[in-house]
Amino acid sequence: MAEESISISSKIDPKFRYEVIRMPGGEKLLQCFQCGTCTSDCPVARFSDKYRPRKIIRMAQLGLREKVLSSDFLWLCASCFTCTDRCPQGVEVASVIRVLKNMAAAEGRIPEVFKVLLSNLIKTGYIYEIPESRIKKRESLGLPPLPKVNIEGLNKSLQGMSIESFLKGVSEKGREAKLWV
Amino acid sequence: MGMSQKYLFYLGCAIPYRVSSYEVSARKVLEKLGVELVEMPEFNCCGLPLEPLSHELMLILSARNLAVAEQTGLNILTLCPGCFSTLRKTGKTLKENKALKEEINRHLKESGLEFKGGIEVKHISQVLVEDIGLDKIKKAIVKPLRNLKLAGHSGCHLSRPKKYIGFEDPENPRVLKMLISVTGAKPVEYLGETECCGSTIAALDDKVSLSLVREKLLHVKEAGADALITICPACHMMYEANQIRAEKMFGEKYGIPVLHYTQLLGLAMGMQPGELGFDELRVKPTKILEKI
Repeated sequence: MAEESISISSKIDPKFRYEVIRMPGGEKLLQCFQCGTCTSDCPVARFSDKYRPRKIIRMAQLGLREKVLSSDFLWLCASCFTCTDRCPQGVEVASVIRVLKNMAAAEGRIPEVFKVLLSNLIKTGYIYEIPESRIKKRESLGLPPLPKVNIEGLNKSLQGMSIESFLKGVSEKGREAKLWV
Repeated sequence: MGMSQKYLFYLGCAIPYRVSSYEVSARKVLEKLGVELVEMPEFNCCGLPLEPLSHELMLILSARNLAVAEQTGLNILTLCPGCFSTLRKTGKTLKENKALKEEINRHLKESGLEFKGGIEVKHISQVLVEDIGLDKIKKAIVKPLRNLKLAGHSGCHLSRPKKYIGFEDPENPRVLKMLISVTGAKPVEYLGETECCGSTIAALDDKVSLSLVREKLLHVKEAGADALITICPACHMMYEANQIRAEKMFGEKYGIPVLHYTQLLGLAMGMQPGELGFDELRVKPTKILEKI
């Protein structure tokens, strides 16, 4: 215990919390008084032994930048927004966690699945590669063709959004990664 | 009133990828209820699945869709609560924040688009209840499903975060129950009705997401429901297509049919299962079809 607190204290970034509250969705981070409503009502926390929204918020308040941004549990928030709706302090818990994911992503810490979704998006406009067989089947089901995608226009709108840096390291094999299990 | 209702149909990504049964049945029932769907002239993902990477990226993606829709002057109808909440949140956020709106519009301008904020985004359940109305739906019911007891699952994004959505109460959802009742079936109460399906983390942790599926299906079974009714493609995918995976993971048998609400409504309106995408269901709803 003592050892851990020493090693952590050397990695505190006192400005981190101010970075978070300047981002849209992160504004109310400092109002959290650690009641734990978020964790006790979190559907993911019920079944995961590592995902605890209250702890993530505390880590952000304390400035444990590296520890929180490099964690894999950060990405387990299902964005159901139960915590946001029930927080007695009005902290948008799910949005603070999304801000932290955005900060991690900006540093290139991105789970493979999101790279696959993004690479599909810039090629097809959809986050999935919709198989040819599905597109053909639409006709036999009496469905109209899929709406057309303006790929060029889409990509122009995304200029300056660091798409290439998000996609760094995406493997072609990963494109077949399970998305919806 | 009396005029036919017309909406721009925003399909999203999940439905054409895996859940065409929802689209097939929704188009059928909406047509019969006098709703005209106009296809999007141009489309891209709503942005929700990519918000974990960048909030601004999500805003650009959804604002593009809203800007395209504005050119048609029609309000959007979505089948997916994820698309619904994302487009709605973006519209509200940009209307309230002029500087942000200008910043996002700088991106949109690159492809000749501009977000002004002139249209509304509605989920099909909202259109059914608010625009078409339960009275009109009731008149279209030719085969009331009186023998069915059904559990409803609305999905998180239909009502959360409540400050952005505000048409349904996330703690005590009523819309889907009213819609089930109007078919003549009985909506049943069950434990954990508002719990999340886990779809957004299915690719990251299948133990957790399938545990959520398991819990929901066990509660639905305990309540004695004949089926679970969804109004979200992602929730449907979790409870229906992934039910068999959950059964394998936990060595249990649930056997709960999961129908899109539009399939249920179609049956009550006298349509045949074959017209409503029932062939695509993996958990065969044989028992329900025998009961009606």
